[in-house]
Amino acid sequence: MKQLFLIVSLVLLSLSAYSKKIEVRENGKISSIKEAILLAHDFDTIVVKSGKYKEYGIKVDKPLTIIGENFPVIDGELKGEIITVIADHVTLDGLFIINVGTSYTSDYAAVRVVKSKHFLIQNLVLEKLFFGIYLEKSSHGKVFHNKIIGEAVEEYSSGNGIHLWYCKNIEVDQNIVTHVRDGIYLEFSNFCTITNNESLNNIRYGLHFMFSNDDVYRGNTFAKNGAGVAVMFSKRIEMYENIFQENWGSASYGLLLKEINDSKIIGNTFETNTIGINIEGSNRILYKDNIFRSNGWAIKVRGACYTNEFINNQFLSNSFDVSYNSKLNDNVFDSNYWSKYAGYDLDKDGIGDVPFRPVKLFSYIVNRTPETIVLMRSLFIDIIDFSEKVSPVFTPDELQDLHPLMKRIR
Amino acid sequence: MFKILKYSFFDLVRSRWSYVYFLFYLALASVLLFLNHDLSKAVITLMNVIIVLVPLIGTIFGVMYYYNSKEFTELLLAQPIKRSSIFLGQYFGVAVSLSLSLLLGIGIPFLLYGLFESDAIWDFSLLLLTGVFLTFIFTAIAFNISLSNENKIKGFGYAVMMWLFLAVIYDGLFLLSLVMFEDYPLDKLSLIGTMLNPVDLSRTLILLKLDISALLGYTGAVFKQFFGTNVGLFLSIGVLCIWVIVPVLRIVAKAKKKDF
Repeated sequence: MKQLFLIVSLVLLSLSAYSKKIEVRENGKISSIKEAILLAHDFDTIVVKSGKYKEYGIKVDKPLTIIGENFPVIDGELKGEIITVIADHVTLDGLFIINVGTSYTSDYAAVRVVKSKHFLIQNLVLEKLFFGIYLEKSSHGKVFHNKIIGEAVEEYSSGNGIHLWYCKNIEVDQNIVTHVRDGIYLEFSNFCTITNNESLNNIRYGLHFMFSNDDVYRGNTFAKNGAGVAVMFSKRIEMYENIFQENWGSASYGLLLKEINDSKIIGNTFETNTIGINIEGSNRILYKDNIFRSNGWAIKVRGACYTNEFINNQFLSNSFDVSYNSKLNDNVFDSNYWSKYAGYDLDKDGIGDVPFRPVKLFSYIVNRTPETIVLMRSLFIDIIDFSEKVSPVFTPDELQDLHPLMKRIR
Repeated sequence: MFKILKYSFFDLVRSRWSYVYFLFYLALASVLLFLNHDLSKAVITLMNVIIVLVPLIGTIFGVMYYYNSKEFTELLLAQPIKRSSIFLGQYFGVAVSLSLSLLLGIGIPFLLYGLFESDAIWDFSLLLLTGVFLTFIFTAIAFNISLSNENKIKGFGYAVMMWLFLAVIYDGLFLLSLVMFEDYPLDKLSLIGTMLNPVDLSRTLILLKLDISALLGYTGAVFKQFFGTNVGLFLSIGVLCIWVIVPVLRIVAKAKKKDF
């Protein structure tokens, strides 16, 4: 009896698991994705053959797998949202989606996922879009290897590439996002991992998150974005091995931290940004093994930053290494490599015998009167910097690296 | 004029001081490259040296040459030669030979080190350009000072004071005025202040290449236009040209009227 039950249940299970394949062809029996979804049962696979499909407002309300063959084009003709996923276990793969409608009242997206779980969105190419991939109150999904190429010109009339809102446990991996407003945007999204993405040439931020805790960012590249990367009001963030490059301008930052607490920033590279890291009201952050190369300001500390630790970082030919706007210091700088360090190492243990003071008087002056920047590298400035170094008056005198490294860490 | 230029030039090229000057740069550049292994870093260090040292050497050499060759100048004045060609010839002789020492002294080690394969070549040529400009400007100013002062000691004193003023004190006063008037919009003032001093001007020209990411940090439309586009580069070079032309014209004017 027991065995019979097992067999019956197995047969039933296999029946339910058996999934049909539905083909969508441009001139075939089923010529639109909407139609195919209507005909499909749960866990079916819809194969979209290559061609051009003029559709918008496609609602995926069953657990389906939709696969494109040779990147079929789904053209929304600027009429509105193109694909909306409202079921769990949906896979979208290999589609070329263009012409998402622009609206000032609702955020049309090329792909929107609403209150769904276990979805997989991969190998999509999105062009001429408003919002790209918009995840809303969803969890346990993966956004993998998509290419999003926008045409954003103004902030107010453009959307974000990958947008997460009230999401949980989402993986965003190996995507390329360019020319949109914010490359990757997270709001109220926790436990997400953002890895190996490239976010370039976006008009506002490469990465932007707010109120999103316990997220991990690893191996991403953020370059040439209008205002760099801004992260605000979040806790327990971990950033490893990211690259922040060429974010230039008066309001542009490699990384802007505002009200970020208990986080780790390890092994990142900050290169040729106007400001490498701008820190404001951020506490208990560990900065370790980062490389700051040729930035205007490597680290700019604005205030209300306590018990941060800067350890084993490398500061290489930045115009200013560290800038402070107050005399108060509660942060630790230790065992970093400073290319400006001019001390000696008599006992040959690789650690300089004289402490290094990373804050120059000139950076204090520039903070007060920004126009004085034209005097950078002048002999007079070198002289007053030197006298300040000997006896600090304006800069925090306990702010020093007691164990500056003599050689670069390779 | 060219005959006198040629004479002054070869006279100087044969002199010990040209060799010392040349060898100094040769040694400096080689040591920097040897220790650094990094062309662009060596360019930064050299810039710091050049914007201070080239004006000093140009000034002292100019004054020294003028006073030393005074008797010969008087001899020349007795000949049927135009005054302007005598003095301009001497001036260009000094300036060209100094520039040559600079160019060869720094150029040779960098060339041997493989300058053409590196991307520092533009920074480097800008460095040489400003070095040559500074030589021409400060030699011209030195000739002006020595033409106006019969007394050797006084002339020397003024020349060194002028160097000290332009290289160090000017920046101090400039900084002080910027900080004092910080409540007012200062971006135009700060750019004009830079233009008025050839040392600052050459420094800015190099900053444009090296510290552009920091310079762009300041919000100011005028700044942005100046530093963010090629306007800054061309304007700086233009003003440097004016800084050469005006003192040279004054040499001519002064030499015409001067009573020997």
